[in-house]
Amino acid sequence: MIENLDLSLVDWSRAQFALTAMYHWIFVPLTLGMAFIIAIMETIYVKTNDPAWKKTTKFWMTLFGINFAIGVATGIILEFEFGTNWSNYSWFVGDIFGAPLAIEGIMAFFMESTFIAVMFFGWNKVSKKFHLISTWLVAIGSNLSALWILVANGWMQNPVGMKFNPDTARNEMDNFWDVLFSPTAVNKFLHTISSAYILAAVFVIGVSAWYILKKTNVVFAKRSIVVAAVFGLLTSLFTVMTGDNSAREIVRDQPMKFAAFEGLYNGSKGAGLVALGIMSTSEGDGTNENMKDFHFKIEIPNMLSYMAYLDGNAFVPGVNDIINGYTDNDGEIHPPVTEKMEMGRKAIAALKAYKAAKKTDDTVGAKEAEKELKANFKYFGYGYFSDPYEVVPSVSISFYSFHIMVGLGMYFILLFVLCLVYIYKGSVVNKKWFLRMAIWSIPLAYLASECGWILAEMGRQPWVIQDLMPTMAAVSSIDSMSVIITFFLFLIVFTGLLIAEIKIMLKQIKIGPNHGGN
Amino acid sequence: MNNTLNRLLKLPKTIWTFYYEGFRNQSKWSRQLWLIILIKLFVMFFILKLLFFPNFLKTKYDSDQERSDYVIDQLTNPKNQ
Repeated sequence: MIENLDLSLVDWSRAQFALTAMYHWIFVPLTLGMAFIIAIMETIYVKTNDPAWKKTTKFWMTLFGINFAIGVATGIILEFEFGTNWSNYSWFVGDIFGAPLAIEGIMAFFMESTFIAVMFFGWNKVSKKFHLISTWLVAIGSNLSALWILVANGWMQNPVGMKFNPDTARNEMDNFWDVLFSPTAVNKFLHTISSAYILAAVFVIGVSAWYILKKTNVVFAKRSIVVAAVFGLLTSLFTVMTGDNSAREIVRDQPMKFAAFEGLYNGSKGAGLVALGIMSTSEGDGTNENMKDFHFKIEIPNMLSYMAYLDGNAFVPGVNDIINGYTDNDGEIHPPVTEKMEMGRKAIAALKAYKAAKKTDDTVGAKEAEKELKANFKYFGYGYFSDPYEVVPSVSISFYSFHIMVGLGMYFILLFVLCLVYIYKGSVVNKKWFLRMAIWSIPLAYLASECGWILAEMGRQPWVIQDLMPTMAAVSSIDSMSVIITFFLFLIVFTGLLIAEIKIMLKQIKIGPNHGGN
Repeated sequence: MNNTLNRLLKLPKTIWTFYYEGFRNQSKWSRQLWLIILIKLFVMFFILKLLFFPNFLKTKYDSDQERSDYVIDQLTNPKNQ
């Protein structure tokens, strides 16, 4: 029972999931983005028939292959964890996760076994056009494969298109299209994949910059920079757009996350956007240890209201407003958390009563309990809390991860623009500071990408399924020691894989495009 | 018509040869990658999955009814009620 649950079990299960997800995400974005960069390069080769472009394509394909091989199946670990550590959650989500994950598995299998094989084994064996089509299909297929897992994640952030079945305690998919096209899922997918494209573009630029600094393969490097910078710039602008859409969606469906990543405790009309800030280590308004004040902040007046509602004077709810209840700009009343907690408790009690009534064949009692459950199910998860402030995520983690992600995103736009300007002017070879900066941008791209996930997942705490299931109710009653052991096992396995990836990649980069190939 | 039929009949052999030659002519680093993939899959599926990650509900209960009863019991007995 949950009352006997060891708190360290929840924390270790979360830590293990975070560790595996973050390691998995080291490999994924490079695959997603690099696949398109390679496809663009190969298209130029097929169009121009210039063998130099073939060499360029083959070199980046080699690095893509290394990353793909090391990263493949690292995500399966997450599925293991669902079944072992998060069994209540796995049961509760029912077939909602099953369908997208099954499609993802089948898609990944067919794509990997056919088109990737053509990509690597097919040079000179299939026609140029067929090879090119295969490369594009790998790019599209790997991104579509990501779609399904992101749809599942989107559902956790904004559960739609389902009905709760009290007989089985499972959520059953009611409308597949509502799940697939929920604004959360669509924005999450587009924002995630476009940010992966930026990472891949920065990677290609960074590696190419190293060649220019070493004064080797300079023409190849410049050519690669042009493709990556154009691709990176266009996808950056798209990422800004999807991020903007995402913010408007979050303020509506996950207002607490929005308030947390902006460090907004008390909402107001015409709220300002904190562009830069350092949070204080002391408590802000004394209500909760999570509520840190700012040491200093640079605020853009009215910008947050505009970002959230496209209206500079709109009301943006802060953490305290959400706790105490507020009326939004459309006049909708959002009850205080204490009220939601009461409704959540009623829903939990109704589920218990329903089950008991069913056991004794009490149809009238079962019907009444089901009615009560339906009326309060919206806030089912709130019934597990005893203090309203338990629904506040870590404001400082949310704030910093959001601001680091956005700040680095802006920096990458500058990097891509400078790349194109210096290439156009023919001065990139002489800009040693810039080339060094480009190399050091590679880890920054990974940092930004990981920060995005930290924001998405830490910002929505304490929920695994928004409003319906808190993290503490999702874990299995297992021995926390087994989770601790596997945490360190994963740490060793994944670190080993990462070291192998970096070593093999560095070796191939040193060999270069002239003697490499796949 | 005959040509198409012949091609179709030869297709399995063509696919087999394509993969066979592809794997045979791999570079040294590609073989290293395959080794890493195989070791990784072995560790994941035969060590981690079998020893450390049994499906909690599947191993503990025989039927879906028992599993749902267990989860409902877990969900309806929180500490705050």
